[in-house]
Amino acid sequence: MPKMILNKETIAQLSKENQRLDGRGMLEYREPIQIETNISWTAEGSARVQIGETVVLAGVKMSLDKPYNDTPDEGGIMVNAELLPLSNPDYEPGPPGIKAVELARVTDRGIRESKAIDLKKLCLQPGEKAWFVTIDIITLNDAGNLFDASTLAALAALKSARFPVADPATGAIDYRQKTEERLPLLKEPVGVTVCKINGNFLVDPSSEEEQAYDARLSVASDDKGAISAIQKGGDAPLSIEEVSQMIDIALDKAKFLRKILSKELGKNQK
Amino acid sequence: MTYTQRLDGRKFDELRPMEAKAGVIPNADGSAYFRAGNTISYAAVYGPRELFPKHLQNPKKGIIRCYYNMMPFSGSGERIRPGMNRRAQEISLVLTKALNPVIDLSEFPNSVVDIFVELPQTDAGTRCAALCAASIALADAGIPMRDMVSAIAVGQVDGTIVADLIYGEESYPAVVSDIPVAVTHNNKEITLLQMDGEISKKDLIKALELAKGVTETIYELQKKALKDKFYKDN
Repeated sequence: MPKMILNKETIAQLSKENQRLDGRGMLEYREPIQIETNISWTAEGSARVQIGETVVLAGVKMSLDKPYNDTPDEGGIMVNAELLPLSNPDYEPGPPGIKAVELARVTDRGIRESKAIDLKKLCLQPGEKAWFVTIDIITLNDAGNLFDASTLAALAALKSARFPVADPATGAIDYRQKTEERLPLLKEPVGVTVCKINGNFLVDPSSEEEQAYDARLSVASDDKGAISAIQKGGDAPLSIEEVSQMIDIALDKAKFLRKILSKELGKNQK
Repeated sequence: MTYTQRLDGRKFDELRPMEAKAGVIPNADGSAYFRAGNTISYAAVYGPRELFPKHLQNPKKGIIRCYYNMMPFSGSGERIRPGMNRRAQEISLVLTKALNPVIDLSEFPNSVVDIFVELPQTDAGTRCAALCAASIALADAGIPMRDMVSAIAVGQVDGTIVADLIYGEESYPAVVSDIPVAVTHNNKEITLLQMDGEISKKDLIKALELAKGVTETIYELQKKALKDKFYKDN
């Protein structure tokens, strides 16, 4: 049910005392965190990620195309996000709004800039033919913190993806048959969003907390702690000291999410 | 008649393995999951809520709007570009018309009930799976309904009448007809009927009788999904 009363002031007041509306610790994620792969047989790779009541699907489709002129020996990636009206009463049918565009672009940067996929290995014939990977992120139930759920879903989908059978001569793809070959993944970027509300920091914001934060920092980082994308949100400014603290939190929580990811993916393989 | 054995080994009137769940999307007023073999649909219902723009409002009763959408990675071929294409628009229209006869929104003037259906993976029969999920989701949302709608695609593959066609049968290299049918439970009335391919009138009526029979099984599944949810809730 849509929450008609926004507890903005209550959330701010609680945050000052290091408390949250749902009783969580400031740096605590909602339960459960579940990751399931191969949830769509038609996708080359797919995943479903649940954080609390937030549920996001990601699907990977691959196609053969001509490389871009400035990178003739590389394939490409693209991330698209759809905030479905099915997932939240505030979303309307129609072309993606600014929130969807931002989510897609920040997730895209996290993967692209970390060089997570070896794009050179996607090239079959320089200047002629290369694999292009599209990741579609779809919200099933938006209850807050789409960024963390989306990067996790995108990564899980990429990890589960297998190339379809392609005819090297004609370039025709038989999507109904998959090979055993997986994507050349070099890094595994994970995103964490840290919010500042009334002077204190918290992670994994609920929908209500997203309405109440002063500033937000979304940070994508790989397993070595290298940062590949940052997006500041919210109307309030941040000091360098605050940015530093928020990034520390983000890197620490990325480790936590990464641990869950490997545990959940291990479960799927059994 | 040469189609003597179905591609996936089912009997001619046998449905694919089906699964139904109510209340799968917490944000929605009502929701459902429906799976028929490799076709999966999610439906979410929002409303009754105020309808905008205002000129669409009906002061006598509320209206329903159904939106059908395949996720970009849900087709068995290449990626589907997001957004409503002509096919999705047409299916959205016929789904709305298929649900209208069982919905009573006379107590909700000027309002709208939105039904969003999304498919993460498909193997034919998507509008029927969409309708089955939508019907459960509407009941789950407590929308006043006269009846439940259950839907199935029937058809004729190379002379043989079959129920619940898969993609391999729709595209079978022979004379094929594909007939999605929606049937109400109490009155056994048809609220959705489309057909493409080739079939004689006599065989069409036979196929419709088959649809009437097998939708009974689907209705029981839909009813069970709703019972399971409310049993759990209490």
